[in-house]
Amino acid sequence: MVERTCEMRREAHMPRLAPRPANRLSGRRRREIALGYLFISPAILGLVVWTVGPLVFSIWLAFQDWDIVSTARFVGLENFRTALFGDEFFWISLWVTFKYTIVSVPTTLTVSFLLALLLNANVRGMPVYRTLFYMPSLTPAVAGAALWKWIYNPEYGLANYFLRQLGLPKLNWLFDPVWVMPALWLMNLWGAGGGTVIFLAGLQGVPKEYYDAASIDGANAWGRFRHITIPMVSPIIFYNLIIGIINTFQVFTAGYLMTNGGPSNATLFYVLYLYRNAFKWLNMGYASALAWILFLLVLVVTMFVFKYIGQMVYYQEEIRA
Amino acid sequence: MSHLARTASRRYRNPWRRYLFRATLHATLIAMGVAFCVPFVWLVGSSLKEPAQIWVYPPEWIPHPVRWANYTEALAKINFLRLALNTLTVSVFFTLGLAFSASFCAYGFAKLQFPGRDLIFMVLLSTTMLPGIVLMIPQFIMFKYLGWIDTYLPLIVPVYFGGGAFNTFLLRQFYRTIPAELSDAARIDGCSEFGIYARIILPLAKPALTAVSIFGFLFAWNDFMGPLIYINSEAKKTIALGLGAFVNVYQTQWNWLMAASVTMTLPTVLIFLAAQRYFVQGIVLTGMRG
Repeated sequence: MVERTCEMRREAHMPRLAPRPANRLSGRRRREIALGYLFISPAILGLVVWTVGPLVFSIWLAFQDWDIVSTARFVGLENFRTALFGDEFFWISLWVTFKYTIVSVPTTLTVSFLLALLLNANVRGMPVYRTLFYMPSLTPAVAGAALWKWIYNPEYGLANYFLRQLGLPKLNWLFDPVWVMPALWLMNLWGAGGGTVIFLAGLQGVPKEYYDAASIDGANAWGRFRHITIPMVSPIIFYNLIIGIINTFQVFTAGYLMTNGGPSNATLFYVLYLYRNAFKWLNMGYASALAWILFLLVLVVTMFVFKYIGQMVYYQEEIRA
Repeated sequence: MSHLARTASRRYRNPWRRYLFRATLHATLIAMGVAFCVPFVWLVGSSLKEPAQIWVYPPEWIPHPVRWANYTEALAKINFLRLALNTLTVSVFFTLGLAFSASFCAYGFAKLQFPGRDLIFMVLLSTTMLPGIVLMIPQFIMFKYLGWIDTYLPLIVPVYFGGGAFNTFLLRQFYRTIPAELSDAARIDGCSEFGIYARIILPLAKPALTAVSIFGFLFAWNDFMGPLIYINSEAKKTIALGLGAFVNVYQTQWNWLMAASVTMTLPTVLIFLAAQRYFVQGIVLTGMRG
């Protein structure tokens, strides 16, 4: 806290220092500035070479017709026009990705938070449960895809075994355009434990005094949960929500390895379609346009979430300052 | 005592109701634990079964007889030693770059004062929100012009420039909890900033650095899309690629597929169990974002 106040005071002086000739700064201060830039120089270089550069290049690409081999041809907004008005697979892949995201993000968030709440109840063997819930998110995506493909095997797989035990009809899962999506939702839920450990860390960081104070004031369990637990971990919930949305929009491995986009394009995820355009058919310009459409879409959704859900987030720092 | 437990003790003064609360809690946890475990049991079970025992209904849980040959056969089929060596090479060089670069840059962001520092940091951090897919195509073309396709360089080199914004962020958060008095004392004794970074901050930040490195190693070990795009030749493939191809070629040899999957998963689980302390530390760091 003390350190921060110092920083702020120094920064408040910065605008006044800046117009002065450099030699008015003390030698020691100048050396610190130079060293500062030296220390962060790899990051700045990386930012320029691996992020900003490619980003600018990608904008240029989105307006070209280019297969890498021949010369690029400027086509203006043609790529965007094709995607929006002349390519049914664009809309199919968008719809598939939307269907996946709209269910996967909330269910994963809810399950991982509930698991964390259970684990936070001072149960014996908490580390064992934590490991158990976390293990699926350690499983490499490729190994997970192989495993679940076997689980969903229509004849000898585990999923249909359980259905039949419950007296339900068996399903074709990955081979059925209707049931392939629920199959992937369920598989995704298996990895919910990754969020659980993050929530658990957050829950355990809530000062115990808050609960005691609330209890003395007569708050019941629900009141304490609603007015202490939720606000205190809301930044973590919000962070997981944002990252969850960004990552889920880019789902690829499941569609590529388990179903190859099928059956009848029911798992033609947006990034899978983009990947095919770029690396199978070498439509680099069109694929870049697709990437930018996705980027803008994610941006709009994230901004929407920031605006309407972000205001519910409670930031302790602000209150203290 | 935690919140729910306190609820229990306070509300259910009646020991029977309290006992009921604990019992429900444990029952739910055990049920969830079993649900999360079942796919693993099925995975390991299938990896040890005779092909004939794979194709039976209802499915049998316990392999009988246990067929270890699945492992030797599957691993020979996908040339596992080669794949593992390749993956290890990529993962080790990736992790080294991440650890060096992120810890170095984080020092500048956490411990030194210079104009524009926080602005640059915010810009850097905001790039973690950028969908990686937008950068994939232009980066691929850049690497193609550099002649780096079908080498490990595209998978390794970028991380040496900053070590990933999120890792820099986590380490910066950790550095800021280290009291400034320590560095000040060293400075008075004539220690350079590099000395302070290497001899004071790094040793103190070892838990955080370990956490970040483990996460980085696991990312490189598990990564599928990166190698898929950049690696073509059979001899250079990583485990993820090899297993991915295996899934398509031996579609119905579930005993082999499961054996190969277990083998790929095993190192990640072992690393987790060995370094659980650091994992939790790293996760706590992630939680500090709020």
